Amino acid sequence: MGLEEKNFIEINPKRCKGCAACIVACPHGCIEIGSEINQMGYQFARFAVRKCIACGLCFYTCPEFGAITVYKKPRKGA
Amino acid sequence: MHTIKHQKARSLYPTFERKAPGADVSHYCPGCGHGTVHNLIAEAIDDLGIQDRTIFCSPVGCSVFAYYYFDVGNIQCAHGRAPAVASAIRRTNEEAIVISYQGDGDLAGIGMSQIVHAANRGENITVFFINNAIYGMTGGQMAPTTILGQKTVTTPEGRNAANEGFPIGMAEIISSLQAPVFIERVSLANAAKVMKARMAIRKALRNQVDKKGFSFVEILSPCPVNWKMTAVEARRWLENNLEPVFPVGNLRDLPKGPFDRVDKKKVARISNKKILEILGVGEEEVHAGTVQLQEEQNIKIAGFGGQGVLSTGILLANCAIAEGLKTTWLPSYGAEMRGGTANASINISHTTIGSPIVSFPNVLMVMNLPSLDAFEDTVRPGGAIYVNSSLAPRKVRREDVAAYHIPVSDMANNLGAIQSASVILLTVYALVSGAITIETLQKVIPLSIKRKNLVDLNMRAIEAGIAWYGENC
Repeated sequence: MGLEEKNFIEINPKRCKGCAACIVACPHGCIEIGSEINQMGYQFARFAVRKCIACGLCFYTCPEFGAITVYKKPRKGA
Repeated sequence: MHTIKHQKARSLYPTFERKAPGADVSHYCPGCGHGTVHNLIAEAIDDLGIQDRTIFCSPVGCSVFAYYYFDVGNIQCAHGRAPAVASAIRRTNEEAIVISYQGDGDLAGIGMSQIVHAANRGENITVFFINNAIYGMTGGQMAPTTILGQKTVTTPEGRNAANEGFPIGMAEIISSLQAPVFIERVSLANAAKVMKARMAIRKALRNQVDKKGFSFVEILSPCPVNWKMTAVEARRWLENNLEPVFPVGNLRDLPKGPFDRVDKKKVARISNKKILEILGVGEEEVHAGTVQLQEEQNIKIAGFGGQGVLSTGILLANCAIAEGLKTTWLPSYGAEMRGGTANASINISHTTIGSPIVSFPNVLMVMNLPSLDAFEDTVRPGGAIYVNSSLAPRKVRREDVAAYHIPVSDMANNLGAIQSASVILLTVYALVSGAITIETLQKVIPLSIKRKNLVDLNMRAIEAGIAWYGENC
C-alpha cells in the first residue's frame, strides 16, 4: 500500500525539541526519536511506523506550536 | 487527497517575532506543559470563532511571553494581578472574551487575593491556572502548590509542613465560593488526560461566550527541567505524586450563574458634570472649544527628567481638553527621576484616539541634544521640530520638516526659573500650530501647576514665548 492510502503525521524537525511526549502518547507506537539533531541541538522525533489512525493524541500532547500536523487519508471513493 | 485533520491553530502567529532566536519555536523548555495548554486554548479560540474579540491577560512567570504566540489582544499584567485586570476589561468591554492565564506562583502566591475576589464577584472571565508545583522561571523555588517532601531550590530537604505549610489546593479554595459557575482540575499526565483538559478548556471558554460567569480550570502541568526529570518521567511523576495531592475532576458545573447581572442600560448614568462636582473640580473647568485642528497632532516631547517634559505634556493635554478636543498623554521615563531621559506622547484630535502611543510624531519638541538625535528621524515629513537650542547646539538636519530653534533654557534662566523653559517651547508651538490658544493656556496653567507661586513665572514664560514668536516667525 502506498502512502496515499494511509494516515500519517508530519513532524517539523525545526520545531521539535525531542521531548518524546508524542511517543508516549501514540497508541500505535508510530513515532520514534531519530538519530539526527536539528539546529537547536535536539534529537527530533520522526514518524516511523505507518499504523497511524490520525487520532491526534500526539498533536494534542505536543508542547510545541505546529510541530506536528496530522493528515487523514482520503475516504474510499473520494 | 489527504485532508489535514490537526494543525497549528490560526490564533497562534505563523512565526514568532521574539527577541531570542527561533522564530518557529516557543521559548518553553522541551516537554513543558505550557505549550500544550497554549495549543489547546488556541484551538478552542479558533473553534469558538472568538479570535478577534479575545483579550489574553498573561502573567509573570514562564508564560509571560504568551503575547509572542497568541494572535489576540494581550495585556501583560503585574505579578498576580491578571484577574483584577481581566475584571476591569470585563466591566468596560462587554463583548471581549477575557482569558487570565496564570501560574502557581502568580495565582496561588502573590495573586491569591486577586483570584479569590475576582472569583467571589463571579466575573464573567475564564481563568486558566497552570499548576506545576514549582517556580519555573526563577529557577525552581518552592511554590504554594509544592507538595510535601518535594525538593526544590528553597526546600532542599523537601517541603516540610511544619516549616513551609501545606500545598494549597486552589480549585478547592475557589469551590468554597458561591459565585463561580465552573471549576475543574485537569492534568497533562497522559494523552487521555490531555483530551479531558481540552474539554475543560473549551467548556470554560464556552461559558464565557454564553455569559454564564466565572470559570476556573486548574491544569496540573509538568516542569521537567525544574523537577530535574525527562519530559516522559515528569509526566509519570505528575500522575503518581501530584494527582494524589490535587485530585483531578470537576468540582462544579452550574447550568447558569448564581445571580443575575445588573443590566447597565437600566442603571441611571451619572453625568460627567456630576462626577466633577463630586470630585470638587466642577467649577474650575475651562471651556474654550474654538479651535479647529488642521490635522491630528501626534506630539512627542522629549528631554532630561526634571526639564518639565512630562508636566508640559500634561499641560498641553489639559489645554486640549479645555478646547473640547480629544487627547491622550503617555509618559515614558527611565528609573531615574532627574537627569535621566524622559519623553511624553500626546495626541490631540477631533475624533476618538485609538492608541496613546506616538511612534512617528508630526510634532517633536526636544529639550536637549540626545533627544534630538533620538527622535529627529521619526518625525513624519511635513511635521515640525521645536528645539531647545540652548542645550542642543546643532541644527535640525532634516529638510522635509519645519524647524524652530529657540534658546528656551537661556530665556527661562533670564526670567529667573530654568524650569519654565518647556512652557516657552509649548507657547511657540501653540502659536505656530494653532492647536491650542494662548488664552486657554493662560487659563489652564493655574489649574495645572501644583505650586501656585510659580503661576506668575509661567505666565511670564508665555509672554517670552509670544515675544520670541513675534520676532522670529
